[in-house]
Amino acid sequence: MKLLKLSRGRLFPALEEPLAEVSLEDWRDNPQEHADATALKISNDTSLADVKCDLAGFSTIILEFPAFKDGRAYSQARLLRERYGYTGEIRARGDVLRDQLLFMARCGVDAFEFTGDVDGANAAMSEFSFAYQPAADDLAPVWRKRLDRAAAA
Amino acid sequence: MYRYDEFDATLVAERVSQFRGQVERRLAGDLTEDQFKPLRLMNGLYLQLHAYMLRVAVPYGAMSSKQMRRLGEVARKYDRGYGHFTTRQNIQYNWPALVDVPDLLDDLADVEMHAIQTSGNCIRNVTSDQYAGATAEEVEDPRPYCEMIRQWSTFHPEFSFLPRKFKIAITAAEHDRAAVKVHDIGLRLYKNDEGEIGFEVIVGGGLGRTPYVGHTIRKFLPKKYLLSYLEAILRVYNLEGRRDNMYKARIKILVNAEGIEKFAEMVEAEWAQIKDSGIDLPREEMERINAYFAPPAFEKLPDQSEALEEKRASDKDFARWLRLNTVGHKTPGYAIVNISLKPIGGVPGDISDVQMEAVADIAQAYSLDEVRATHEQNLVLPHVKKDDLYAVYSDLEKADLATANIGLVSDIIACPGLDYCSLANARSIPIAQRISERFADIDAQEELGELKIKISGCINACGHHHVGHIGILGVDKKGEEFYQVTLGGSGAEDASLGEIAGRGLSSEQVVDAVEKLVGVYREHRQDKERFLDTYRRLGAEPFKEALYEAA
Repeated sequence: MKLLKLSRGRLFPALEEPLAEVSLEDWRDNPQEHADATALKISNDTSLADVKCDLAGFSTIILEFPAFKDGRAYSQARLLRERYGYTGEIRARGDVLRDQLLFMARCGVDAFEFTGDVDGANAAMSEFSFAYQPAADDLAPVWRKRLDRAAAA
Repeated sequence: MYRYDEFDATLVAERVSQFRGQVERRLAGDLTEDQFKPLRLMNGLYLQLHAYMLRVAVPYGAMSSKQMRRLGEVARKYDRGYGHFTTRQNIQYNWPALVDVPDLLDDLADVEMHAIQTSGNCIRNVTSDQYAGATAEEVEDPRPYCEMIRQWSTFHPEFSFLPRKFKIAITAAEHDRAAVKVHDIGLRLYKNDEGEIGFEVIVGGGLGRTPYVGHTIRKFLPKKYLLSYLEAILRVYNLEGRRDNMYKARIKILVNAEGIEKFAEMVEAEWAQIKDSGIDLPREEMERINAYFAPPAFEKLPDQSEALEEKRASDKDFARWLRLNTVGHKTPGYAIVNISLKPIGGVPGDISDVQMEAVADIAQAYSLDEVRATHEQNLVLPHVKKDDLYAVYSDLEKADLATANIGLVSDIIACPGLDYCSLANARSIPIAQRISERFADIDAQEELGELKIKISGCINACGHHHVGHIGILGVDKKGEEFYQVTLGGSGAEDASLGEIAGRGLSSEQVVDAVEKLVGVYREHRQDKERFLDTYRRLGAEPFKEALYEAA
């Protein structure tokens, strides 16, 4: 397993510094005891509306992708970025597959605990030139490009 | 019709390259079948009983003659010379070799077609009224909205791993030919009391092992908010839908567990947060897409065609085909033509390569280049001049495509069943064939009137048996095929779920059973009542009695 971090659309292997992790439940029970924690683990059945804590105090939020079929954390990642304004690292943990990296990145994930090879991961990230819909990344949707082109013509 | 611009074309081409790479990794052994499965399932490729099956998307059932011709060529080049139109207006090929599939997809991409999101737990091909843009019944053409949804849902990064598959249907006519009340989301375009056109949003309908008729969660949604509202529904579903049991994972289960009011509140609360956040298309883009569906250049014609009336008077079979297979067009002098893919004793929905090419030629010559697939597994030529109807009929007859039986007892929906499908418990196709043969007499069929028989080979209900006037469900009883009969279902605007008539019947008994049911109807019907109306008026008892008396 390696840690890949996203920077300007490319994935780079990153040094794995040990994270001081705490689960949302443990942190809620006893925040003092976990005052040193830098990474918050949020399970994928947690409603973010109920989290009600200062997310900005954590440099990393870890989301779970327990199996390729379980897509809840895609919504959680978008909400963290778009609704709760979280700007730290969002890390994908679990069954992180090459062919899902792009979707995760579009939803706001920018760090991946990944078992495959880095070149393959980067190839997968660049398989599509456009996207039809806006998401948590800064990719302009196709309809925006169409408008821009029409305006330029 | 919508045409790809460079963005659409690039995305489809890139999808084919991506899939080609995935197939190469599989064939090289870099991916196990288990690892490959989720990837191929994102692209409509199923492993069935005997071979791979590829499901090709026909977005909202609309095809050009060029596309139809290519579908025929593909059937010949990569398959065994036929294809199968499905209840989602798509086409399936039953015998492609895995190694050929990327080339097959390239051939489709050439004519702006693909297999994207025809399987997997994602938003599937949006379906609609096969008469869209041709019928006077609609308040507006629903196809532009289907296309907007197609684009928005394609490779949606958040909604590609939903709890379960997700199906959306749109109608814009009072008479619902898109079965919107039995979809995950059904959208009905209509004009409200203020004269504005918008969507009624219906959620949580569906068939399968837990059938439900959908509920309206919003009476009126302005058109410009279509995509943000859908995004709100999908987000609530993605986060809250059950994932512990695949049989309880569809949105209908969530809607019914929460209660419709609570569910509607959840959606509205989510929507309030995102409705003006840039998800919806700007007016210019809606207009750009709308423009592709502007009415074609219809000629100014008298509504009556003398040539047609002469032939109608002199050719009895043609007159019957006119009565049964054509319907009114919004433009004077034009008609909508249905092509039945249910010849007596045939496989519902199957069509040969040569027939597909014949349909393409006819559409090119006589239907302004357009063909539609219907969810009842037939085809439609939407824009035929009445003056040309006899020529169309003659050409269809030469291609063995002039069966006159639309809506009648032999116009049966059937899933592929145990002849192909690895999920099936029983065969569907032979039952459809035998019922069709039993009722072969076309005079008798016409005299019976509208009667919708729908057959599924297992509880997943791909043959829509729950909404058949007569539904037939194949079940496995200790290794033997049995069939359960349901009565009184409808997938139209008067949607209802059929009720189980009683114990299962053997495959020998089931055809007799249909005949007995029809006998009860014949005996009791009043005036022009359909089978369904008689059933609803009398209730199940007389039908059950006939089915199980001394049996």
